[in-house]
Amino acid sequence: MAGGRRKGIHFSRLYSFSCLKYKLGLEHSQIGEKGYSRVVYCNEPDKPEQLQLRYRSNYVSTTKYTALNFLPKALFEQFRRVANIYFLVVACVSFSPLAPYSATSILAPLVVVIGATMAKEALEDWRRRRQDIEANNRKVKVYDKSNTFKDTRCKNLRVGDLVKVYKDEYFPADLLLISSSYEDGICYVETTNLDGETNLKVKHAVDVTSSLHDDNDYKKFKAIIKCEDPNEDLYSFIGTIWYDGLQYPLSLQQILLRDSKLRNTEYVYGVVVFTGHDTKVLQNATDPPSKRSKIERKMDKIVYILFSLLISVSFMGSFFFGIATKDDIHDGKVQRWYLQPEHTTIFYDPKRAALAAFFHFLTALMLYGYLIPISLYVSIEMVKVLQGIFINQDQDMYYEETDNPAHARTSNLNEELGQVDTILSDKTGTLTCNSMDFVKCSIAGTAYGHGVTDVERALAQRNADVQHNIANLSSNIQMSTDDITDLGKSKKGFNFKDDRIMNGGWVNEPHADLIQKFFRVLALCHTAIPEVDEETGEIDYEAESPDEAAFVIAAKELGFEFFERSQTSISLHELDYGKGRKTDRSYELLHVLEFSSARKRMSVIVKNAENQLLLLSKGADSAMFERLSRKAKDFEAKTKEHIRRYAEAGLRTLVVACRELSEDEFRSWEEEFLNAKASVNADRGALMDAATDKIEKDLILLGATAVEDKLQKGVPECINKLANAGIKIWVITGDKMETAINIGYACGLLRENMEQIVITLDSPDIIELEKQGDKDDIMKASSESITNQIRKGRSQLCSSEGSSISFGLIIDGKSLSFVLGTDQEGAFLDLAVCCASVICCRSTPKQKALVTRLVKKGCGKTTLAIGDGANDVGMLQEADIGVGISGVEGMQAAMSSDFTVAQFRFLERLLLVHGHWCYRRISMMNIAFGFTLFWFEARAAFSGQPAYNDWYMSFYNVFFTSLPVIALGVFDQDVSARLCLKHPQLYEEGVHDILFSWPRILGWMLNGIISSMIIFFFTTNSIVHQAFRRDGSVVDFEVLGVLMYTCVVWTVNCQMALSINYFTWIQHFFIWGSIAFWYIFLVIYGSFSPVISTTAFQVLAEACAPSPFYWLATLVVVVSTLLPYILYRTLQVEFDPMIHDKIQRSRLEGSGVESSGDLSIQHSRTIGSVKDKSRYQDTLLVKQ
Amino acid sequence: MSSGDGASQSSSKKSKKPRYSRFTQQELPACKPILTPGLVISTFIFIGITFIPIGLSSLSASEAVVEIVDRYDVDCISANANDQEAAHMQRVGYIQDARTNKTCTRNLIVPKKMKKPIFVYYQLDDFYQNHRRYVKSRSDEQYKSPESEQKTKTCEPEAFSDDRKPIVPCGLIAWSLFNDTYAISRNGNSIPINKKDIAWNSDKTHKFGSNVYPKNFQTRGLIGGAKLNESIPLSEQEDLLVWMRTAALPSFRKLYGRIETDLEANEKITVVIENNYNTYSFDGKKKLVISTTTWIGGKNDFLGKIYIIVGGICLLLALAFILVYLFKPRPLGDPAYLSWNKDPASY
Repeated sequence: MAGGRRKGIHFSRLYSFSCLKYKLGLEHSQIGEKGYSRVVYCNEPDKPEQLQLRYRSNYVSTTKYTALNFLPKALFEQFRRVANIYFLVVACVSFSPLAPYSATSILAPLVVVIGATMAKEALEDWRRRRQDIEANNRKVKVYDKSNTFKDTRCKNLRVGDLVKVYKDEYFPADLLLISSSYEDGICYVETTNLDGETNLKVKHAVDVTSSLHDDNDYKKFKAIIKCEDPNEDLYSFIGTIWYDGLQYPLSLQQILLRDSKLRNTEYVYGVVVFTGHDTKVLQNATDPPSKRSKIERKMDKIVYILFSLLISVSFMGSFFFGIATKDDIHDGKVQRWYLQPEHTTIFYDPKRAALAAFFHFLTALMLYGYLIPISLYVSIEMVKVLQGIFINQDQDMYYEETDNPAHARTSNLNEELGQVDTILSDKTGTLTCNSMDFVKCSIAGTAYGHGVTDVERALAQRNADVQHNIANLSSNIQMSTDDITDLGKSKKGFNFKDDRIMNGGWVNEPHADLIQKFFRVLALCHTAIPEVDEETGEIDYEAESPDEAAFVIAAKELGFEFFERSQTSISLHELDYGKGRKTDRSYELLHVLEFSSARKRMSVIVKNAENQLLLLSKGADSAMFERLSRKAKDFEAKTKEHIRRYAEAGLRTLVVACRELSEDEFRSWEEEFLNAKASVNADRGALMDAATDKIEKDLILLGATAVEDKLQKGVPECINKLANAGIKIWVITGDKMETAINIGYACGLLRENMEQIVITLDSPDIIELEKQGDKDDIMKASSESITNQIRKGRSQLCSSEGSSISFGLIIDGKSLSFVLGTDQEGAFLDLAVCCASVICCRSTPKQKALVTRLVKKGCGKTTLAIGDGANDVGMLQEADIGVGISGVEGMQAAMSSDFTVAQFRFLERLLLVHGHWCYRRISMMNIAFGFTLFWFEARAAFSGQPAYNDWYMSFYNVFFTSLPVIALGVFDQDVSARLCLKHPQLYEEGVHDILFSWPRILGWMLNGIISSMIIFFFTTNSIVHQAFRRDGSVVDFEVLGVLMYTCVVWTVNCQMALSINYFTWIQHFFIWGSIAFWYIFLVIYGSFSPVISTTAFQVLAEACAPSPFYWLATLVVVVSTLLPYILYRTLQVEFDPMIHDKIQRSRLEGSGVESSGDLSIQHSRTIGSVKDKSRYQDTLLVKQ
Repeated sequence: MSSGDGASQSSSKKSKKPRYSRFTQQELPACKPILTPGLVISTFIFIGITFIPIGLSSLSASEAVVEIVDRYDVDCISANANDQEAAHMQRVGYIQDARTNKTCTRNLIVPKKMKKPIFVYYQLDDFYQNHRRYVKSRSDEQYKSPESEQKTKTCEPEAFSDDRKPIVPCGLIAWSLFNDTYAISRNGNSIPINKKDIAWNSDKTHKFGSNVYPKNFQTRGLIGGAKLNESIPLSEQEDLLVWMRTAALPSFRKLYGRIETDLEANEKITVVIENNYNTYSFDGKKKLVISTTTWIGGKNDFLGKIYIIVGGICLLLALAFILVYLFKPRPLGDPAYLSWNKDPASY
């Protein structure tokens, strides 16, 4: 215990704001009433009273099914699909004499299809279960009767258990913090999984329990917690703890929420308060919305069309059947005597012809039921799963550094990837790395640091040569970025190069004393904790935010190495510029006035070895400049100028200042401050602010820091590509406007020649109004101002219509809140869609989701959201496709996304390559299915008797045609990955949904009808009644069925072969294999006893195969059904080619294209192009 | 690609890096057929030059078939009533009357020399052997083995005789067996019609049992078609076997027998028909067909014509495309016109 213990650090004294004491307030009086009835007997989970309460166990289940309810529930899910219901009804009716087919032949495919889908469901649920099992079986140290902490499984945790959680572990349930490794019972918690905030939060145990530091202290630990019932509010907790006969209030400060992580603290003790599904995080969990792709929805419509077709065909059939049946007995005379109409059942009764016709209608519904593609859904699902596997397997989307490949978490949306119209992107962690590099600083009016930022580089490049080939440019950038990262790798967070002050050089600078102070501030004014690696002596820092870490590292690199923090002191290895050697200096830490978003600054008060009292501050320029001393204005102007330049370069700036305090001033202030801190009034916060204001004034400016928020690798290139593909990109970020605009420039979203439309409420008059504080006035003025700004934007757009100027729209969060959910929405959207890029800054997670919904609903186009943090979850779930960045921060975003990639730049490949392919494949396949079913219309000529053997029909979708379709769906590619990336324009086919548009679908259906007519009339006419073999045998029912069916199988598969752009052995295998399988099937099935094979008995071997007529008829019918399609495609390729046709063509014609212009592709694929060349030669060979 | 080599992979054992294979990276060797003008034109020409000869040869094969078709149902029962309705009633009455003599003699002229074997068919028009009720009314099990005699469930309404004994063979199809007979003679000498081996071999050996004998057949009041000799097993009742192979279309021919001698051109043959089968009730037609065959089968020009037409269309299309390319090479779809290919250096 004692080893890792940081004895003697009392942060509670330093944390002025976070560690406030709470008194029993009004809200605590509600305890014990309705909604506040939970009682927890700490450390006594076995106490009868506790057991009686029957709180839920800590077992967490996120599965859809259990072993018991799987069958009924999964079946129910299956039969929610219209097509499946239809088939169920058909299967039931098939047991009645109405059925044209045998019942088993109808049931078998249904069982196969439903079984396959259910198996998939079960598999997915099993995966979820495995995750659950992993989570539920995590080891937790629980205090047991033997008075030691023993490992227990997470799921066995009970309310009242005392647990010990170590550093970097997740909390297994909602815990009440009892004490921590720190003397005063504070601990640091990372809540990224809950709210997406990356800074650490401080939690503070109740004072009375915080002294229980040792395992042995808990032998007699007993307490009773009374608190609120489980609820989903993450930001409040009300309760009391009875300890030693006294009652103490509890607040959110003492609660450690499940799925947040213990940081910077060796260990904590806690009591389980909420378990399992009662925990706040699980109360918050909503079932992920089930997303269906557009094509799937369209498919439903196709099924409906087929349904109505089916019904009308059946109706026509039964109408004529009714007439024929009625005529069977004419004036009491039997007509078709061989049918014995006078001895008939209801189904053929001429006297009740109408009724017979109705029953025939039911029969016909079944008969033509093969119009409805039963295996359609299951094949599509199989195809999608396989496509998903290909996405997972793509090496070009693997990120070495975090060891993360791309992952398709749901396979439903693969083809939707090819239709994305708008991308909504988070900034931090998605476009940028969320790693801060200290690159520049300005000290005493002198700018230091030669490092060139991505933004500057991009700007310089753009200015230098706007017309220059983008490909070369980006590759240059790429190269130089690589240089930088190589150099910077040794010191993470530090990318500062300036010989003037590095390696002790600052000693010779004119303002050496100020430089010393400047870096001292950086080394002292923070809350980071040093972690010394015992072996190497290297020091790592654990800081609340990456900015802070960057400062401490910078100070260390420049000779102010922070190496130890104790309860009241901070120790530095410092370069003494008088003596020129390193000495250790220790500073007594008196107060920490922490950073908060309202204060926008942070200060520490320290006493140095010379007994000087120093106030060291750093903060945002807006907060700091007004607190500077009026006397020391020497280089304020220069510093401001530097800050402006840094901001332009996309850097985050902070102003650094300090001041010396006199002993008296400090004493009197401290008294006032401590009074304010201890006060219990409602205006305590205001009192404290006033107190801190008093001390944080008359500061002396030292300089400013500039930290680079590094862009992720390849982001600008990727955005450029996506923009070329006609995809609109919106950035939605929580950052302030300047940063967001900087990043916009950096990644090429905004360009110099773009006009910016800025919608903001930061205008002077609004600010004036805000100061006055009348809410209604502010509302009114704000909304008016926004209306005006939107109108102005529109007129700006209109005036430039026809010219090539593009616009960038920038809107801040405050304005967004006046736009979203009001009647301004429409106007805003109109404006936004006309702009090439849109940046929303200062937006909350909720606004992110709302903007996403606005785009999705407003445009009706496919949206893709990409983000990494838990604050993006709403956005990811709202968008049609959610893409999570995996591997960097918590997994929350990844868990709620549909796809995960390791880096933003992989989006390019995901969309342009996989998206494009998947889209093509799925559409082709649907169409192939759609039309194949029309062949069966041929049977309309019959009186309710199917032309084919039952089992031919059953196997039709399942074997003869679906395998090649699946092969087509999984493996086809119209153009190679390289060309997809090279010609982003190709993507527009998907955005405009060209391949799956209604005219095309109907065209395919027409093609299907024509083909079926050709097959039916050609076969029947060529074989009217003459002999079809030399031995004089005539064609009977069975032979004609086989002949027609052979033509169908050939035609369907050949049509598919024609649609395939990419023949590997797999396609060959499946297409020709399916045709071969038909013959093999006929031979095998035909050799069974005639009782089983009925009409198929020996039909191929004996009747058809020896007849040349059979083969000749097949050939001519197949060729003539294919002719219209070939002709159509030829004419289209020649006279109205689609983009992929053109690219295929150019690939074929100029092999020179292969090797040129590869620079634009990140992974330069020389091997790829060689391969493509050889492929091209192969193609030629095949043709000759 | 550059990241695809195995060196980096082996270093970290548990790497989640996807393994490289041409399959998973979707880089399998493939041919990518594109509809280029050359390919299209050569395909069309190829189809044209193969189809037209096939068409011509099957057409000539079809032409070589000599076929005599004689519709006899109307002429064999002369109706003297004036209006059609009355004539119809008269004929139906006549055919249903068991006592009338239904013998009918037809004289036919052989148009061309017919080489043996010559096939004799009967052809029925507007007879729906493909009606569902009709097609289903059979029991393959019963026909196959005597043990399954009782399996007549599917045979309704011809399942049991009036005294509740199972009918063998049961079902409407068997019940309505065609029962006209033909006797052919030339110059007074009868020409034997060989009725052996007119059914499918598999029917005789597998589908119909050699130990299943007709029972209780045509014993009900309602008599459909022919009666069967109860001492001959089903597998040898070839007329029945032929009839039981139901036709696909309402107009069909069935093999009646074979003539094993040549018939000379312009020879006069006489056919004596027992005109028993009732096609009059439903206004069907009955025809006698005497035909030779060639490799393509019987007489039907359709297939040959289709081959020639399709081949011709292909040649025409090929010609049209060639003309288009001669006069207007590479219209519109030229990739050089693509906006992103304007840079001439890339060619």
